Amino acid sequence: MMESIKEKQHHQFLTENTDFEVRSLDDVTFNESELKHPAWYNLKYLFAGLFFGILLVKSEVISWFRIQEMFRLQSFHMFGVIGSAVVVGIISVWLIKKYNIKTIYGEPIEFVKKKFNKGNIYGGLIFGFGWAITGACPGPLFAQIGTGATVIIITLLSAIAGTWLYGRFRDSLPH
Amino acid sequence: MTIIDWLRQPWPWYAAGPLIGLMVPVLLLTGNKTFGISSSLRHICAACVPAKIPFFHYDWKKELWNLFFVAGILLGGLLVALLLQNPQPVQVNPKLAVELQLYGITNYSNLVPVEIFNWHALLSLKGIIMMVGGGLLVGFGTRYAGGCTSGHAIMGLSNLQLPSLIATISFMAGGFLVANFILPAILKL
Repeated sequence: MMESIKEKQHHQFLTENTDFEVRSLDDVTFNESELKHPAWYNLKYLFAGLFFGILLVKSEVISWFRIQEMFRLQSFHMFGVIGSAVVVGIISVWLIKKYNIKTIYGEPIEFVKKKFNKGNIYGGLIFGFGWAITGACPGPLFAQIGTGATVIIITLLSAIAGTWLYGRFRDSLPH
Repeated sequence: MTIIDWLRQPWPWYAAGPLIGLMVPVLLLTGNKTFGISSSLRHICAACVPAKIPFFHYDWKKELWNLFFVAGILLGGLLVALLLQNPQPVQVNPKLAVELQLYGITNYSNLVPVEIFNWHALLSLKGIIMMVGGGLLVGFGTRYAGGCTSGHAIMGLSNLQLPSLIATISFMAGGFLVANFILPAILKL
């Protein structure tokens, strides 16, 4: 009896959205936008990405060398980039919440609280291993390919395969 | 010095970092999007090879913005390569340069060391471990953790989420371990 309740709870957990980035899956807590936009509206995200890509390259955070320095504590650069980005992010989110700032389409901005699961640790460690080896997190992989390091297409395809493997074996992993 | 020359230099952390942080409000304000990049890999799986895996059965078209965003990142890299490339080699801590010389890495002309990451190296054990193995770890780990540097370390921490802090500490711990104790053995191969 106990066993089946536990199993049920575990199953329920796994069917919840453990993804911190994919909001449209949180249909219980997240008021999904009623607005329907044509696909070309997404072009603004292409421009946002373009700007972000330029930042990633010019600040050299896509550099394998810079990542090695960071993990050997030989340079402040990467910590400065991530740290100052977080400070600006915290202030922005605080301002949005405090003044109830709406989107450009007049919709309220929603924040979703996420629950801790063991994947945050295990997955985090595994990603850290890969970050040290490839010298790139997912964003920089795209930027590196753009700068002409074409072989990184293989690393990107491999990362897509890694994501697929996670999806395939998700049920048997500790969460 | 022209403006273009000035922009070609590497940008200091106190200029680039805050601008990267601004991606958080920009994406929220333009359409309630949460900053995060590794989820694009999941959407690609969902769009191309969902198989019968429930994790990949959702309406990925609703997250199409994310694929536009990563396409933009790639184009941003291309734009820098065409217009704003730094003519100088990457400046690194001399201690790192001394260490890397032991592994035959002396070319700093690209942000990615060409001695390790090139098409020919894909035929070697070192190349396979670093490019294929490393990529697998990045893709598997980010999704298992529920986000990457952007989704957890920047977006999650901006919203003061404890799980994101735990994940960020785990990224750093994992990277620290491998870079200092395991990567040297791989680089010697």
